[in-house]
Amino acid sequence: MKIVVCVKQVPDTWAEKKLNPADSTLDRASVDAVVNELDEYAIEEALQLAEANGGEVVVLSMGPDRATESIRKALSMGAARGVHVLDDALHGSCAMGTSKALAKAIEAEAPDLVVFGSESTDARMSVVPAMVAERLGYPQLTFANKVEIDGGTVKIQRITEAGYDEVEAAGPAVVSVVEKINEPRYPNFKGIMAAKKKPIDTKALADLGLAADEVGTAGASTAVVEFADAPPRAAGQIVTDDGNGGVKIAEFLSTQKFI
Amino acid sequence: MAEILVLADHTDGEVKKVTLELLTLARSVGEPAAVVVGAGADKAIPVLAEHGAEKVYVADSAELDEYLVAPKVAVLAQVVATSAPAAVLIASSAEGKEIAGRLAIRLDSGVITDAVGLAADLSATQSIFGGGVIVTAKVNSGVPVITVRPNSSPVEAVAGAGERVDVTVDLADSDKAAKVTGSVEQARDARPDLAEAAIVVSGGRGVGSADNFAIIEALADTLGAAVGASRAATDAGWYPHQFQVGQTGKTVSPQLYIANGISGAIQHRAGMQTSKTIVVVNKDAEAPIFELADYGIVGDLFTVVPQLTEEIKKRKG
Repeated sequence: MKIVVCVKQVPDTWAEKKLNPADSTLDRASVDAVVNELDEYAIEEALQLAEANGGEVVVLSMGPDRATESIRKALSMGAARGVHVLDDALHGSCAMGTSKALAKAIEAEAPDLVVFGSESTDARMSVVPAMVAERLGYPQLTFANKVEIDGGTVKIQRITEAGYDEVEAAGPAVVSVVEKINEPRYPNFKGIMAAKKKPIDTKALADLGLAADEVGTAGASTAVVEFADAPPRAAGQIVTDDGNGGVKIAEFLSTQKFI
Repeated sequence: MAEILVLADHTDGEVKKVTLELLTLARSVGEPAAVVVGAGADKAIPVLAEHGAEKVYVADSAELDEYLVAPKVAVLAQVVATSAPAAVLIASSAEGKEIAGRLAIRLDSGVITDAVGLAADLSATQSIFGGGVIVTAKVNSGVPVITVRPNSSPVEAVAGAGERVDVTVDLADSDKAAKVTGSVEQARDARPDLAEAAIVVSGGRGVGSADNFAIIEALADTLGAAVGASRAATDAGWYPHQFQVGQTGKTVSPQLYIANGISGAIQHRAGMQTSKTIVVVNKDAEAPIFELADYGIVGDLFTVVPQLTEEIKKRKG
């Protein structure tokens, strides 16, 4: 089977992030870039499914030049080859544009399964897997903490507020996985060396049959009207416990009408 | 006045608080109308009407609950096509956001998620990067689809007509692709839902063990609060992962957040920074979480928290 795993390069989870004043997009230049943490679980899940069921894993990423670093990381973990959707016109894409470009690139691969992380740690919208499923007409099997392939059927446990739902569909399907579904492997030296020789196919918009005004800032369906740093919180009252700290908090909560 | 559609978030007609918040928000920008998908409409309609819904669109055929997400998208798309609303509002839950994203594609419009406010021109306020930046964004084509975070608006009881309008939807085959074959409810405590709770009491690395979380739970229970945990605590296995607050966990915005033994790394702050009032207990006076505190005690949580719990019990009589 052929599994496409979608990977996003994001600013380091632990870094403070900023917007560019010029076009209100994320300032990616000023921070370290890493593979979106939740996508590491997606890569691992795709590799495990390919190992158990036979087949290859293709890593797909849309992003600027340096996104190849994230593709290489997935290749060093064991993916067979990469597809990099790279075009200056993609800069500033909203979820509509991103899902459009990814869907085209996935369609060209005609996979049996598509695996995403359930959310990116920068935009945090958590909508792209569902939107890609909608665009491709594939069943949506998202927020999975367990994935099973049973012949042509894909079964997941979908995390809910109350517990989990069991959901199944005939492939090809779009799966997104949650944190802790597995333990992502670390690339070993052999994997890192092998990754350098694995092919990465670069696709521009024209290769996907898309025009520049369908994506990016030009085609964005949403626009940032304005943005500003949140006003700093007023300095609070910090008291060192003198043996009565609990009572003091209770007094504070009482003045604030919480008790 | 233009209609604003609100998708009711409900379980068998039991409407979640966030839906009532959305109706209140809808009333500030137009005429609220609710959409109820699945079983339970008879129970939901009076509550929705009491909170301003002029119309309640109902699609309750049994098969709508049998498939994931897509049937709700199909119902909303159909109601939008017939009622031409000014916007669609959906709760910012995992499923709500997925419905919104798919609906925006069907409507060829645009989607904004995690709004915390809505202006008369239907521009939405978002608090991004863990509350560090406030953004105003607008959908610039078609009917805007906007998901709104719980606790972004008060709930106001204002009577609406609550006129029931039944909707019949023929689901496409692709809407019936992901079949829900079972639903497992895991042992659930009586505490409020973490994302919706008015008060959240959280524990972090300083709590030290799974057993010690009993101290956090005891405080939460005297306040009728939900319990949260930092990533350090869930990674250590002291508290279940679904209660993790932070960048890779849940984002909460309660009236009161009490952080115990949590240092306040960006990972955690990103999930709770927009809480209205923040109280901190930490023995390290240098912990960055104190920067967010409205009230903080530098002290040992193992003495401060039980004392606080007892004091609240005493005051509540």
